[in-house]
Amino acid sequence: MTSKKSQKSLVELRINGETIEVAFAPHKTLLEVLREDLALTGTKHGCELGECGTCAVLVDGLPVLSCLVLGLEAEGREVTTIEGMATAAGLHPLQDAFADLGAAQCGYCSPAFLLVAKELLEVNPSPNRDEIREALSGNLCRCTGYIKIYEAVELAAARMRGEAVEPATESIYGFEV
Amino acid sequence: MNPFEYQQVDEPATAVDAISRWRGSKFLAGGTNLIDLMKNTVEQPPKLIDINHIPLRGIEQTPDGGVKLGALARNSDTANHPLIRKNYPLLSQAILSGASPQLRNMATNGGNLLQRTRCPYFMDPAFSRCNKRTPGSGCSALEGFHENHAILGASDQCIATHPSDMCVALAALEAKVRVRGPKGERIIAIGDFHRLPGTTPQIDTTLMPDELIVSIDLPPSPYGSHSHYLKIRERTSYAFALVSVAAAIDVDSGWIRGARLALGGVAHKPWRVEAAEAALAGQKLSISLFEQAASRALSGARPRRDNTYKVEMAKRAIIRALTIAGGLA
Ligand SMILES: Cc1cc2nc3c(=O)[nH]c(=O)nc-3n(C[C@H](O)[C@H](O)[C@H](O)COP(=O)(O)OP(=O)(O)OC[C@H]3O[C@@H](n4cnc5c(N)ncnc54)[C@H](O)[C@@H]3O)c2cc1C
Ligand code: SF4
Ligand code: FES
Ligand code: FES
Repeated sequence: MTSKKSQKSLVELRINGETIEVAFAPHKTLLEVLREDLALTGTKHGCELGECGTCAVLVDGLPVLSCLVLGLEAEGREVTTIEGMATAAGLHPLQDAFADLGAAQCGYCSPAFLLVAKELLEVNPSPNRDEIREALSGNLCRCTGYIKIYEAVELAAARMRGEAVEPATESIYGFEV
Repeated sequence: MNPFEYQQVDEPATAVDAISRWRGSKFLAGGTNLIDLMKNTVEQPPKLIDINHIPLRGIEQTPDGGVKLGALARNSDTANHPLIRKNYPLLSQAILSGASPQLRNMATNGGNLLQRTRCPYFMDPAFSRCNKRTPGSGCSALEGFHENHAILGASDQCIATHPSDMCVALAALEAKVRVRGPKGERIIAIGDFHRLPGTTPQIDTTLMPDELIVSIDLPPSPYGSHSHYLKIRERTSYAFALVSVAAAIDVDSGWIRGARLALGGVAHKPWRVEAAEAALAGQKLSISLFEQAASRALSGARPRRDNTYKVEMAKRAIIRALTIAGGLA
């Protein structure tokens, strides 16, 4: 495909399993197309420089930074955003685990952490702490101090493997003592 | 970002043809450097030629026992490829020490070779003086902050460093860059690919504007696991090297048959130190030998006000990397 300067192109994108036609100018990043043209605001704007990871989405299953991908480059690829993580059956186990363990405070970093962790668990259902740390090392969180995020990924992984490893009720967020 | 035209191409010939027709146009690979620089208008190509659909993603063994890395193979696929992990662990280590997993999923081998300096004055057009961005405008780093700038091979026009980790390993492994231009293919030795700044710091490499990188060819390596990439940085993930060392030793029962040593973060190009390699060849492995090699490697260093620390840091990093590569750690 080719596009002229400033002129919008009509592009067919695959977002969260749906085919969507959308018109946008060639210089728009995937992040901008998702948020501004498709109102999928779950993907967050951060540094815009590749440094914070908060704009991560999955393209053909792999985590990439949507602030450094052109919308046009996504044509013909399968894009998954946080809006596509829950299914009709309910939240993804990672989303449940993040909620249960309070792995989010302001929550701004959570969509990206969840998607990156989802890909990790697809490739490696039993990651150790170092592997989790490495996989998530491109994502910044200014609130949690990361430990709760690692613990939530471990809890989700164990639940997904069908292991009975529920945390103590006191550590479940919202539990009343 | 300034507006631009956009074209997808799916074969090398079309890519070269397209870039030859549009003055100032650029190839788009992973975009992790180019899009970033376009956002702050350091780069303003009138046209982007998206090369991601060209089938240059392969990583294959070559008949001579080396490996050919497709220019569009992702840095993550390269670092994790079984052939690279087994035969060129130095390259895996170097790539994995850089950027973040998401960036490595996007970044390509060709793009990594051509990434531009992280000199903060170059990256921010609010500073008007930068010879690399605007030839003849001066160099803000000379009088400004230059704690992360070059100590070797710099000129009075530019003291920027080349930021790549991958390229430092490629220099030690004596890789060859295969490129295609309007007149066909040619091969550029990695040592000749990146330039010193001299009086033309705006030109980073010897690649012509109308040439496409098609592959990086690795010759067979005798070093295997007797190699180490050591990167010193301000935090353990996600930071560029202050100083890095790629060390590889061909050892035979305690004796060094040959060695390769290249430094990152110290010069405008990956800095191979052949004098130090010569000092190691034919000698018995020992820490004192490594100390001599380190002194030799830095003998021509010309640090400036804020980066004198790099000289000692580089020496110690060389000794440490050789010690680990030689199995003496
Ligand atoms: C936050 C951040 C941290 C980083 N940290 C590190 C680090 O620690 N260590 C490190 O080594 N790197 C690091 N990087 C840099 C990263 O490795 C490079 O940006 C990446 O390798 C560039 O590859 P690309 O495919 O994205 O290139 P692009 O951005 O697509 O292209 C870069 C340049 O190469 C040209 N080009 C690309 N492919 C070809 C080809 N086949 N033929 C001819 N020209 C071509 C383009 O026209 C452009 O001029 C970091 C980057 C970011 C954003
Ligand atoms: S060191 Fe080079 S890149 Fe940095 S300001 Fe000077 S001329 Fe520009
Ligand atoms: S917004 Fe993309 S990495 Fe920060
Ligand atoms: S929860 Fe606030 S940035 Fe992570």
